[in-house]
Amino acid sequence: MENYKISPNLAISENGFLFLPSTGESFTLNPIAIEIIEGLKSGKSLTEISAEIIKEYEVDETTLERDLTDFISQLKNYNLLEEL
Amino acid sequence: MKIAVTGLNNVDNPGPGVPVIRGIKDAGIENLKIIGLLYDALEPGAYMPDVADANYMIPYPSGGLDILLERIKSINEKENIDVLIPTLDAELYAFSKLAPELEQIGIKTFLPNIEQLNIRAKDKLFKFCEENNIAAPENILANTYHDLYKISSEFNYPVVVKGIFYDAYIANNFDEAAAAFKKLSDKWGFPIIVQRFIKGDEYNVTALGDGSGNAVGAVPMKKLYITEKGKGWAGVTIDEREIIDISKKVIGKLEWKGGAEFEFIKEAETNKFYLLEINPRFPAWVYLAVGAGQNLPYANVLLALGRKIEPFKNYEIGKIFIRYSWDLITDIKQFEKLTVKGEISHE
Repeated sequence: MENYKISPNLAISENGFLFLPSTGESFTLNPIAIEIIEGLKSGKSLTEISAEIIKEYEVDETTLERDLTDFISQLKNYNLLEEL
Repeated sequence: MKIAVTGLNNVDNPGPGVPVIRGIKDAGIENLKIIGLLYDALEPGAYMPDVADANYMIPYPSGGLDILLERIKSINEKENIDVLIPTLDAELYAFSKLAPELEQIGIKTFLPNIEQLNIRAKDKLFKFCEENNIAAPENILANTYHDLYKISSEFNYPVVVKGIFYDAYIANNFDEAAAAFKKLSDKWGFPIIVQRFIKGDEYNVTALGDGSGNAVGAVPMKKLYITEKGKGWAGVTIDEREIIDISKKVIGKLEWKGGAEFEFIKEAETNKFYLLEINPRFPAWVYLAVGAGQNLPYANVLLALGRKIEPFKNYEIGKIFIRYSWDLITDIKQFEKLTVKGEISHE
């Protein structure tokens, strides 16, 4: 799994509201999306984040990997991620 | 102090007068009297409470500068205006020309000169940008249908077809470009500007130039909601250094004097900013800049009065404006006063 760096200035509120200060766009994140972003912000790899999610939620590895790839590609589209 | 402001047409394509007045009022000037100058007896700002203390009808500049000046002189005899802030594109050439005569009767303005107004005009902006290494969409100027045939050799469709003063259409083929050419030339005259279409999001900056090449302030905004007329009905202040820097560079090169709005597009494919237009006055959303910490309309008043002011350094990111409509109920007598006597007072 590739690893990514996310902008450390990205602010997410407790409610999962994400505001991009450079473009004015805003998004609402679900709890798992918040965990992924917070994980990336604290420097965890996608493998580590996946492992934590599998431990915490009832999800099989294939489904998670598919959803995670999908989410990562959305973040990349908004230029929120840099590949390491 | 008495400050006269135009553009109280707070309609679905609002003029900047009411937000400019709100900014000035927020500064808490003692003994302030705001005088609204109106072109139409139904400009909502004239009827809104806490906007202008007195309102006067004035004639359109197209009817002759002498007539406009005479009317302002007669208003001034009664009101002793200290500062006049015109806020509409169509009247700026007239007020810029009248500035020395207004100064003679004690009315101060802070406006770009005719040369500055011309350089930023839609048909000349590309040349200015090219000379100063500022990215702007390439264009051709069309005065005849024949000129439109150049489009296919210069650009791929779609293209943007723009009127010299207002309005723009996206044309996907020659027939659409020709139809837009006809509509725009009938309404606004020549030349018609045919511009390369850039796919991306629009960004705006409102700023104030001190006339010596410095920007007193600049606040960038991204529209969150756009009306059918393309006007921002909600917007948010953003953190985008690049468009602030480009706006400041233009202000520096032109030694811009007064308020301005810079319109940019960020090309989706390349993330590159292109300067689309410079509007030679504050935008209708300028009160967002006030709300974000830069009272540019009040700074404009201070500059008109010849005061030295420190440039603004910061603004709040993530401040939102949301425009709304509101039915104001008033008596027909108010409308009658404006229509018959040409003035109405709320004092």
